[in-house]
Amino acid sequence: MSIGHTLLGLLENGPRHGYDLKRAYDDRFGHDRRVHYGQVYSTLARLLKQGLVEADGIEAGGGPERKRYAITEAGVADVGTWLATPEKPEAYLQNTLYTKIVLALLSGRPATDVLDVQRSAHLDAMRELTRRKTGGDLVDQLVCDHALFHLEADLRWLELTAARLDQLAKEIA
Amino acid sequence: MSTTEDVLLEATEVRKAYGPTDALTSASLRVRAGEVVALMGPSGAGKSTLLHCLAGIVRPDDGTVRYQGADLALLTDRGRSALRRTDFGFVFQFGRLVPELTCLENVALPMRLNGERGRVAARRAREMLGELDLADVAGKRPGEVSGGQGQRVAVARALVTGPRVVFADEPTGALDSLNGEQVMQLLTTAARERAAAVVLVTHEPRVAAYSDREVVVRDGRTRELEVIR
Repeated sequence: MSIGHTLLGLLENGPRHGYDLKRAYDDRFGHDRRVHYGQVYSTLARLLKQGLVEADGIEAGGGPERKRYAITEAGVADVGTWLATPEKPEAYLQNTLYTKIVLALLSGRPATDVLDVQRSAHLDAMRELTRRKTGGDLVDQLVCDHALFHLEADLRWLELTAARLDQLAKEIA
Repeated sequence: MSTTEDVLLEATEVRKAYGPTDALTSASLRVRAGEVVALMGPSGAGKSTLLHCLAGIVRPDDGTVRYQGADLALLTDRGRSALRRTDFGFVFQFGRLVPELTCLENVALPMRLNGERGRVAARRAREMLGELDLADVAGKRPGEVSGGQGQRVAVARALVTGPRVVFADEPTGALDSLNGEQVMQLLTTAARERAAAVVLVTHEPRVAAYSDREVVVRDGRTRELEVIR
């Protein structure tokens, strides 16, 4: 999952310190894998260099990392592009998709668009597998079926999430 | 690359309500000759209503449906019925074969309704069943064949008149995975060989994967996507 994009998405709601960002990340998306401080600060340094975030003041008397970061216009555009770009269809995408959906809801973007572009990418991959299967022998069929069932599981999760978007929006607000 | 000249069937901002309930609020869709289009979306989104409007079974409250450029609303009821018999074919979730007739007679039925002589209709029906590897069930009644076989006979019946468009509403909904797959392979392969377009309503991704493209229907609206690759 792209930590840079996730941090950018979290900054869309207002400037934050690195420490706040780490906490927000862990609360919303950390689950069983929390982000390290070092990762947050090195990512912020990279985003700063790329012009996607800017320094928004330094707290007086603070330590070395009391800097506050704000997202730039280029950063907002970058998040928008990331949300609108489907992930490569493969199994176990839920974490990335979940993050995108939450960030879309938090930033007031249409979360259904995230789901729709992903559905389209998944179905394209399933079409390709279906074509291979139709022209193939039994081994091809079984191999393709395995991939098809996994992609279908992703899509079923996606449809269920689409049906629960209103509820999710309320809970994360 | 498809052009507007290829468009066989076109719905433009179609709206349909049943009493106080809006089934479709604004549905637009183009189906080109020979393509397989899947209508997807949650239950109650308006997929089947859109299919019925496209097939001239239901008349929209607003908006237009054009087949080969002609507005279906301007046809008489008789004209629409004739169109459904000659240019359209239908496959439903539970086959809807006539239980008293044999599979052969079921396949011959659309031709008989078009005024074809019994012997000619029976011959073509037998040919069609043979082409789809269903010759074995010709003399059996629907109650004597499996669900999968019955649905394949329904595909044969839908294609026997040489339709330009086949409408399929959850055609595998009552079947297990393997039988569902066989029906989809038969339907899409046979339709493509005959250059017939297919409009398919399904909520199953593995069924939609047999289509050339999908159109999502949600809350009575169709959605066009701009996908960044």
